[in-house]
Amino acid sequence: MFNGTAIYVMWLREMKRFYRAKSRIIGALAMPLFFLAFLGMGFNRMSMPGMPANADYIHFLVPGIIGMTMLFTSMFAGLSVLWDREFGFLKEIMVAPVSRVSIVLGRIAGGTTTALIQGIMILGASVILGFRVTGISSFLVAVLFMFLISNTFIGLGLIFASKMKDMQGFTLIMNFIIFPLFFLSGALYPLKNMPFWIRYLSYLDPLTYGVDGLRGALIQFSSHSLFFDFIILTGFSLLMIFLGAYFFEKSESI
Amino acid sequence: MDAIRVENLTKQFDDVLAVDHISFTVDQGELFGLLGPNGAGKTTTINMLSTLLRPSSGRAEIAGFEVTQERDAVRKSIGIVFQEPALDNKLTGRENLEFHAMLYGMSREERRTRIQEVLNLVELTEKATVLVQNYSGGMKRRLEIARGLIHRPKVLFLDEPTLGLDTQTRRNIWQYIKNLNEESGVTIILTTHYMDEADYLCGRVAIIDFGKIVAIDTPASLKNILGGDVISVEADPTEKCFEAFKKFPWVREISRHDGTISLNVDQGEKKIPLLIDIDQKREGFEITSINLRKPTLEDVFLHFTGRTMRERESSTGERNRGHFGRGR
Repeated sequence: MFNGTAIYVMWLREMKRFYRAKSRIIGALAMPLFFLAFLGMGFNRMSMPGMPANADYIHFLVPGIIGMTMLFTSMFAGLSVLWDREFGFLKEIMVAPVSRVSIVLGRIAGGTTTALIQGIMILGASVILGFRVTGISSFLVAVLFMFLISNTFIGLGLIFASKMKDMQGFTLIMNFIIFPLFFLSGALYPLKNMPFWIRYLSYLDPLTYGVDGLRGALIQFSSHSLFFDFIILTGFSLLMIFLGAYFFEKSESI
Repeated sequence: MDAIRVENLTKQFDDVLAVDHISFTVDQGELFGLLGPNGAGKTTTINMLSTLLRPSSGRAEIAGFEVTQERDAVRKSIGIVFQEPALDNKLTGRENLEFHAMLYGMSREERRTRIQEVLNLVELTEKATVLVQNYSGGMKRRLEIARGLIHRPKVLFLDEPTLGLDTQTRRNIWQYIKNLNEESGVTIILTTHYMDEADYLCGRVAIIDFGKIVAIDTPASLKNILGGDVISVEADPTEKCFEAFKKFPWVREISRHDGTISLNVDQGEKKIPLLIDIDQKREGFEITSINLRKPTLEDVFLHFTGRTMRERESSTGERNRGHFGRGR
C-alpha cells in the first residue's frame, strides 16, 4: 500500500521543479508581499473591535498573509495534477506499478515542503518589515499550523483536480473557491465585525482555524484556544487528504 | 505462453462503442500492429491493455496476468510509449529515466547500468543532462522508448510511435524499433494509421475499423488476399499485344481498356522481363510503357471496409465531433 520509494520520487520531483522555477516562486511570493507591505502600511493606524488593542495592524496581518500564502500555494500544488494531465506526465505515473495512495502522499509531501518554504520566506520578509517573532517555540507552533493548512488545501486541490478533465475550470476555482476561502478566514480583518451568517460560514472554512492558530502562535492573540484550532484543523487535514486520495484513485487518468 | 491474449474486449463510452468485442493473441517476440484510421479504437485498446482504462466487458492477459485483476503485475510487465509525450519537461532526460526506474523498484546499482544502456541504445547519452523541454520531437520519442525499456518489460506498447515526426526521424525510429525487437526479443505491439509503417515494421497486422478487427494476418498474406500484382502495359497496337500476353499461363487475369492492358500476376517484378522478351517485331506490336503496382495495405483496407482510410477519417471527424479527446 505505502511505497516509500514512490513517495520519495514524487517528493524529489517536486523539489527539483521548485528549485528550477525560481522566477515563478518570486512571482508567487510577490502577491502576499505586496498585500503585507501595502495593507500593513495603509491600515497601520487602524484599530477595530476584535484586534489586539496595543499592536499595529501589521502584527494582526502577518499571520493572515502567511495563511493566505499557504492556501494559494497548497491549492496550486494539489491542482498541479491538472498540469500533469495536460502535459501527459500523469499517464506515466498512472501506469507505474505503485499504489495511488503512495503517489498522493508523495505529492502532498512535495507540495507541503514547497508551501512551507514559501510560508517561512513570508515570515522572514515580515520580520524585515518590523514583525517580531517572540521565540523559537512560537515559531515551531506556527510551522505546525502551516503544515496542517498546507495538507488540508493540497487535499482539496486534489479533489478538484481529480474531478476536472482539463484546465478550463481553473479560474472558476480561483474565483469561487480560493478567494472566498481566503476572505472568510478572517486573514485580513477580525470576523467579529461580520454579519452573523458570514461568521457561521467562516466556521466551515478550515483556513479560519489555520489563521487563528497562526495568530495564537505568533502574536498570542486568538479567538479560540490553540488546542481547539489544532484539533479542528487536524481533523480537516485528515479528511481532505483522505478524500483527495479517494477521488484521485477513482479518477480516470486519461 | 502468449505475450498478449485478448478475448472479446469491449469498451463502451457513454454513447460510443469504441472497441467492439475484439479478440487476438500475440506471441512472445512478435512485432504486432494495430492498423486503422484515427478514431478506430486503437488507443482505447492500448489503454485497456495497459490498465489505464477498465474494459466494459471481455478479458485481456498480458504475460499471463489479467489486466483488471492483476494490475500491478501487468504494470510491471509492460513498457509504454504514449501517443502524446508523457515526459516531465522540467526534468533532464536522465532524471526522467531515473525517476521511472525508481518507481519500478530498481536498485541504485541496476539503475546506473541500465540507464546507461538505454541511453546508448537511443543515442541520447550526450543529451542526458539537458532539460527535456529543450529536446526535439524525435529526441523526446527516443527518450520515451528508452524509458519504456528500462525495467526490461516483456511487452512494449507503442501508440503511434512516429506521429508528427519528419521523414528522416521516422526512418530512424523505425530502425530502432526493428533492431530492438530483433535483438532483445521484446514483444512489441504498436498502433499506427500509417500503412507503410505497419507494412515495414510488423510481422502481423490487425486491421481495425469502428472498433472491430476486420482482418488479421501478415502484411504479405493480407495483400495476397487481393490477388497478385498489377502490371499495366501500353502497347501499339493494343490488340496484338493483348493476344500475345493472353498466352502466358501465369497470367491470372487480363483486361484491356483505353489502350492499356492490365495483367494480374504473382511476383510482378519477375514477370516484366518475360513480357519484354517476346519478339515484338515478329508479333507486330510495340510496348511503349510498363508499370508495376504492388497492392498496399491501403488496398487491403479498402477491400475490407469499402473505403480508403482517408475517407474513413474524414467521416469519423463528423461522427465523433462531440467526443473529441475521449479516445486519447
